[in-house]
Amino acid sequence: MKTEPFVVNMGPQHPSTHGVFRMRLTLDGERIIDADMVMGYLHRSMEKLAEERTYTQNIPFTDRADYVSAMTGNLAYVLAVEKLCGVEPPERAQWLRVIMSELQRFASHCMAVGTFANECGVWFTPLMHMFREREKILDLFEMACGARLTTNYMRIGGVSRDVPPEFMPTAYKLVKELPKRMDEYEALLLESEIIVARSRGVGVLLPERAIACSVSGPMLRASGVAWDIRKADPYAAYAKVDFDIAVGTNGDVYDRFLVRMAEMRQSTHILEQALDMMPAGPVHARIPTATVQPGGAPSAPLAIRPPVGEAYGHIESPRGELGFYIVSDGGPAPFRFHIRSPSFINLTPLPELVRGVTVPDAVVILGSIDIVLGEVDR
Amino acid sequence: MTVILSGQEIAQRIEQKFPGAVEDAAPEGALVKAEAMVDVCTYLRDDPDLAFRYLVSLTAVDRLDHFEVVYHLQSIRSNRLAVLKVKTYDRENPEVFSVASVWWGANLQEREAYDLMGIRFSGHPDLRRVFLWEGFAGHPLRKDWLNMPGGLMPGLERFPGEPGEKLEGRG
Repeated sequence: MKTEPFVVNMGPQHPSTHGVFRMRLTLDGERIIDADMVMGYLHRSMEKLAEERTYTQNIPFTDRADYVSAMTGNLAYVLAVEKLCGVEPPERAQWLRVIMSELQRFASHCMAVGTFANECGVWFTPLMHMFREREKILDLFEMACGARLTTNYMRIGGVSRDVPPEFMPTAYKLVKELPKRMDEYEALLLESEIIVARSRGVGVLLPERAIACSVSGPMLRASGVAWDIRKADPYAAYAKVDFDIAVGTNGDVYDRFLVRMAEMRQSTHILEQALDMMPAGPVHARIPTATVQPGGAPSAPLAIRPPVGEAYGHIESPRGELGFYIVSDGGPAPFRFHIRSPSFINLTPLPELVRGVTVPDAVVILGSIDIVLGEVDR
Repeated sequence: MTVILSGQEIAQRIEQKFPGAVEDAAPEGALVKAEAMVDVCTYLRDDPDLAFRYLVSLTAVDRLDHFEVVYHLQSIRSNRLAVLKVKTYDRENPEVFSVASVWWGANLQEREAYDLMGIRFSGHPDLRRVFLWEGFAGHPLRKDWLNMPGGLMPGLERFPGEPGEKLEGRG
């Protein structure tokens, strides 16, 4: 039967888009023949705002870019500035950064996998189970820095403060518990008939295409490319921990889900080692006095003024390669502040992935990319 | 550990293949002539030794007297990172060649640079604004946006004794 193509707006207010993201779908019956992405509803022009604030004042912006994973956002930014200033944080701070990043990765993947299960039709039970663990991790963050979501914990040259004495026993207890919870999740979800039926063979992204589209993170690894910045360019104390890169084989939606589940396991593995290996000591390095100078008038407070130059710092955030490209002109504020946002760039292959599939499949494909709109729009 | 190729090293490799294609080579990156950019990028992607098949990041910087487009290229096979730059001096209608035909990953990033910095990428299949709406006045990441040449830095002004710096002469 011949039908006229018609346009459906999926979003901006749609539960499957995880925020305010709009797909303009051109449909032929139930098949999608074309998709156009409309974004920017959450655009706050962070890159412009950052040019008007000092390097330290910019750290809270990085919480609000990827608000599901604030710790890794902080870390990527301070790494770039540290490269620019030539500051090396002390050993304990490096380990605290690993611990916070991996706790954050676990919490973020809980959110990703839970909502993904939701979209497949495994309605809310897995999400609620996973939120139980996420809640405990957020409690640890609250203990360490007073905030649960927008942590603002990392500092240029270290972290804002050492963890309180009650942090370590609580963290140990949680890390002992997480592998058992992972067993539960795997039993509950991996062979779930609903998830398998909805996701296997859907949204296949071949490895060559994934590389050409600059896709990163679990999405790239699900396509079979073993590329993880933690291994490829170790930062903080990642060179000293032992873990495996989770890699998929088919590059479909199911593999992206599997890679995230495997990464949660690896995170618990890294956390066990990091909690044992963390030494005592200071958590903040001294910034060279040459780079700390009064902002303007002699009575003005000190501000970090990195030497003229540029730096690119990148980390493996839960969503992929999060990079900060900072250009300094020697002033107290960045001359240019660019966020290489994994959520945004991972959307590049979305139109070709949803072309030819039905609308419910498009929901699952978008869910498997795991975007955070705060980071897409910035 | 990712090896960061210095601008001179990558410039030398490009010069071997395309004599005269590199304008300048600083440690931060090689400055490539705009008209040679697409050929250079295709070579860097396809050369079996270099194999820069992954475009990490594409962005633009307003250096007050010119715009700079910055490309971070990654070779996954040999774990090397290289930085290329292209300059354009035209403030009214800055234009460089699109590399979306070389790396499709440049698609959204070039649209972002067009939207926020106003750089036209000729040869881009679908150059539209991505965050702001069509008809938005100007390109906000430019230093002179909203007629603020040498504008104040409002964030810094909130500090006592911090008069707010002029942007003139910076960069």
